[in-house]
Amino acid sequence: MEKTWNNKAWFLVLPVLVLVAFSAVIPLMTVVNYSVQDTFGNNVFFWAGTEWFEELLSSSRFWEAMVRNLIFSFIILAIEVPLGIFIALNMPKKGWGVPVCLVLMALPLLIPWNVVGTIWQVFGRNDIGLLGYYVNALGIDYNYVQDPFDAWVTVIVMDVWHWTSLVVLLCYAGLVSIPDAFYQAAKIDGASRWAVFRYIQLPKMNRVLLIAVLLRFMDSFMIYTEPFVVTGGGPGNSTTFLSIDLVKTALGQFDLGPAAAMSLVYFLIILLLSWVFYTVMTNYDAER
Amino acid sequence: MARIDVNHVRHSYLPNPRKDADFALKEVHHTFEDGGAYALLGPSGCGKTTLLNIISGLLHPSHGQLLFNGKDVTNLSTQERNIAQVFQFPVIYDTMTVYDNLAFPLRNRDVPEADVDRKVCETLEMIDLASWAKKKARGLTADQKQKISLGRGLVRSDVNAILFDEPLTVIDPHMKWVLRSQLKQLHRRFGYTMVYVTHDQTEALTFADQVVVMYDGGIVQIGTPAELFERPRHTFVGYFIGSPGMNVMPVAIDGKTATLGSQRIELPGAPKAGSGAIELGIRPEYVRLGRDGMAVSISKVEDLGRHKVVRAKLEGRDIAAVIGEDETVPADPKVRFDPAGINIYADSWRVEMGA
Repeated sequence: MEKTWNNKAWFLVLPVLVLVAFSAVIPLMTVVNYSVQDTFGNNVFFWAGTEWFEELLSSSRFWEAMVRNLIFSFIILAIEVPLGIFIALNMPKKGWGVPVCLVLMALPLLIPWNVVGTIWQVFGRNDIGLLGYYVNALGIDYNYVQDPFDAWVTVIVMDVWHWTSLVVLLCYAGLVSIPDAFYQAAKIDGASRWAVFRYIQLPKMNRVLLIAVLLRFMDSFMIYTEPFVVTGGGPGNSTTFLSIDLVKTALGQFDLGPAAAMSLVYFLIILLLSWVFYTVMTNYDAER
Repeated sequence: MARIDVNHVRHSYLPNPRKDADFALKEVHHTFEDGGAYALLGPSGCGKTTLLNIISGLLHPSHGQLLFNGKDVTNLSTQERNIAQVFQFPVIYDTMTVYDNLAFPLRNRDVPEADVDRKVCETLEMIDLASWAKKKARGLTADQKQKISLGRGLVRSDVNAILFDEPLTVIDPHMKWVLRSQLKQLHRRFGYTMVYVTHDQTEALTFADQVVVMYDGGIVQIGTPAELFERPRHTFVGYFIGSPGMNVMPVAIDGKTATLGSQRIELPGAPKAGSGAIELGIRPEYVRLGRDGMAVSISKVEDLGRHKVVRAKLEGRDIAAVIGEDETVPADPKVRFDPAGINIYADSWRVEMGA
């Protein structure tokens, strides 16, 4: 068949190109520009080459934030994924309980992030916070402002509270798509509860779980608002994750060059991880 | 293997059934003999699958009792009843190999691995998937998947009964025939009690020794294929079995004569018809088309290859007749009813002929 060549078609793509250019490409190039220059103000820039990158990659501050962030992501995935599956498995499949559960599950997802932070910031306070006050009243010494461990617990519990719903909803969607015949056949085959989970439910949730893990990993790796509102990255640097560190560098110290270099490295990490996930997912599809 | 007694079983999917119409299964009282091959035949929604699920224990009946070899199993779980069931659409365990799929019901029951291997290999031969044993089950075609489902039903030899819920719906016609004869063969070899649900009469008639025809939540007739064909107990059975179905027309009865409009039809005996709407039923196979008898006007002739179906009007009513492939329709067509094929119905139920 003969193809029709018509360059006018480019006009149809133009709006999207312009939009992406202004929203992503141009800001990104500005960041690239900053990352290789130094400035002492007055909009005067000097060529710095790879200096900022070298400095960044050899700075312990960056690596500590990175390790902290990875640990944080790992912990919340290790809690939210099994917990989400567990809740989804126990949610009603029919009747009036379904809408009730779905609405309850969706609620935390609908709350703006800084509000979530504020809620927990107040909730955990020793003097007026419900949680903080009663935990201390029980004789447990809990103070997220001074104790790094307590700060971590607070940030993790907050994230679990905020985001487990997402895992639940995704898994639930996977679960309700399983026809009844599968459960009936499993009964006939004498399958145990565990075998039903392992061979029927888990395979059906596989894909949505992969998406859930991907989303939760990326989100937690970029987490900023909630811990910033609750702990401000403290006490000390104990809850300073990558993005908090980045904002401190860029806007707190106004070190544009190092901050730009950090942004790019950060961006490349996210890009790399997205690529890994994407490859895994498409391979999985091809295997089907 | 077991004899299965279905004892006055009624079932409703509603929490508080009151009227008769609330029941998906009105009242079923029937014994499936040990080692019998039964077909449950009926249109969609007549309660066949409900009855099947009650036997396997997936459903608990609202009323009534279920006995296996005389032992009450009504409150036992599916596992405890030791039943195999094959569903309409293939159910396979995606992540397992074909071999593991078949081994699954055995391993769940802690059968020693050596026996599992022997059984699975036997079954793989039977369903002709031996060369696929090590493949992941999810890559298979619908046919093959359904064969695995069948195989999982056949792999346990100690089951009380094997239940089939329209298992061949997704299989292509040629394969259907092969699988059906394999099932039949298995039945002869191992003497399983088999109950086979279908809405396809050919399937029911070729598979079963006894066909149970269900209609609107109840059993209307149980019999051999020949009985269902010759003496349908209910006009529904007449319509449903046979292609085309039985001709049913309202008549008036007077002794050994039936009157249809201006026509008089001699009956083989005097029916003991009481009150109610009286109908005469005759299969198209017993309607003789020729030069004498009642005048009809032909509307069309369908040539089906093996025989022809003649659609005609008799006294303003549609009537079908089956004639041989090389017979021709006469110019001035008339029909006679072969007395051997005449059945009389009062309120849709068949009445016996007297002398």
